[in-house]
Amino acid sequence: MSAATANNFEELMQGIWRENPTFVMVLGMCPTLAVTVSAMNALTMGVATALVLIASCGLVSMMRNIIPKEVRIATYIVIIATFVTAVDYAIQAISLALYDALGAFIQLIVVNCIILGRAEAHASKAPPMPAMINAVGMGVGFTIGLLSLGVVREILGAGTLFGVSLFGANFQPWVVMVLPPGGFFVLGSWLLFFAWNERRKQVRGEMQNA
Amino acid sequence: MHDSAFQIFINVLLANNFVLAMFLGLCPFLGVSGKLNTAFPMGVATTFVMLVASLCAYGLNLLLSSIHLEFLRLISYIVVIAASVQLVEMVLKKYSPTLFRALGIYLPLITTNCAVLGVALFQTAREYDFIQSLTFSFGGGAGFTLALVLMASVRERVELSNVPDVLQGTALTLMLAGVLSLAFMGFAGIGA
Repeated sequence: MSAATANNFEELMQGIWRENPTFVMVLGMCPTLAVTVSAMNALTMGVATALVLIASCGLVSMMRNIIPKEVRIATYIVIIATFVTAVDYAIQAISLALYDALGAFIQLIVVNCIILGRAEAHASKAPPMPAMINAVGMGVGFTIGLLSLGVVREILGAGTLFGVSLFGANFQPWVVMVLPPGGFFVLGSWLLFFAWNERRKQVRGEMQNA
Repeated sequence: MHDSAFQIFINVLLANNFVLAMFLGLCPFLGVSGKLNTAFPMGVATTFVMLVASLCAYGLNLLLSSIHLEFLRLISYIVVIAASVQLVEMVLKKYSPTLFRALGIYLPLITTNCAVLGVALFQTAREYDFIQSLTFSFGGGAGFTLALVLMASVRERVELSNVPDVLQGTALTLMLAGVLSLAFMGFAGIGA
């Protein structure tokens, strides 16, 4: 692999794994918890956010030398809001059922801190290509985060996955999982799992060094 | 929509609490709820921004609907919110520099608090009239403050107790939020 490709790969993986927006940086919590009652909602939300993220990071990066420092945040917000409006109308046109299920949360992508954070921390300093690759990584990472919540909550709370029944008619759904508290509990458990995993690795490393 | 103002207020304050039932404004909820003496001012500041934003959003919506530019709604709302946050920031900086420093980065971040934009979007979607919008935003802000204060009190206590190492940090905060949210579910049904 040449140096340039290796670098691009590194940019991509940063968002998917090392700095995963959901599990490592704990950003963009509102949509993460609110829309993940089913895997399908989670997937739609993830893809919508990723599209906005990629488009706005690309545009911010292209305009990074024209935007004056003092008004940059306001400019970023307006750019993001424009793309969100476009995505909002697109989803409404593609599937009205999904649009109703996600409700105001599509428009609330505007205030998702991941997007503004990426625009400010990365896209405003990098050329368009790496900025967009990085945004793709972040978008995919966020979608994975949403899916891992949505899948768990849908299986436990409704006994289905993407609408397909898994356990047959005798399954007694664990309703609290699709209610608000379930979101907090599932995300908490995931974070707990990652913290435990991290700790286990650390202990193992120390034992090898000793 | 024929809900009375009182109904809306109670509904959004308890049964459909912005933080614990609708998942709006979680970033400041997880970020600023560590200490009680920053949690309360943060709640008040957010409530104020919500009131201003709701007022402006109501006017803007009338204006934009009358000239058929509804697709500009989102962009104009967010600009109005950013401006009112700037206002609160300047007022706080002048009258209470200590509080201004304590809130730090979370103050400008009220702009990206989904609860504030959420108020504007929901009142538009539900077609609330002027009084309903005002009570809705005030109730939302009060509910946000309530959740923040409750959470800060719990966290101050947990800080003193013996918690397993691996549970420290965000995982614990989320679990606590889950329990609080479970408690608030008991209010379900008293609103509309």
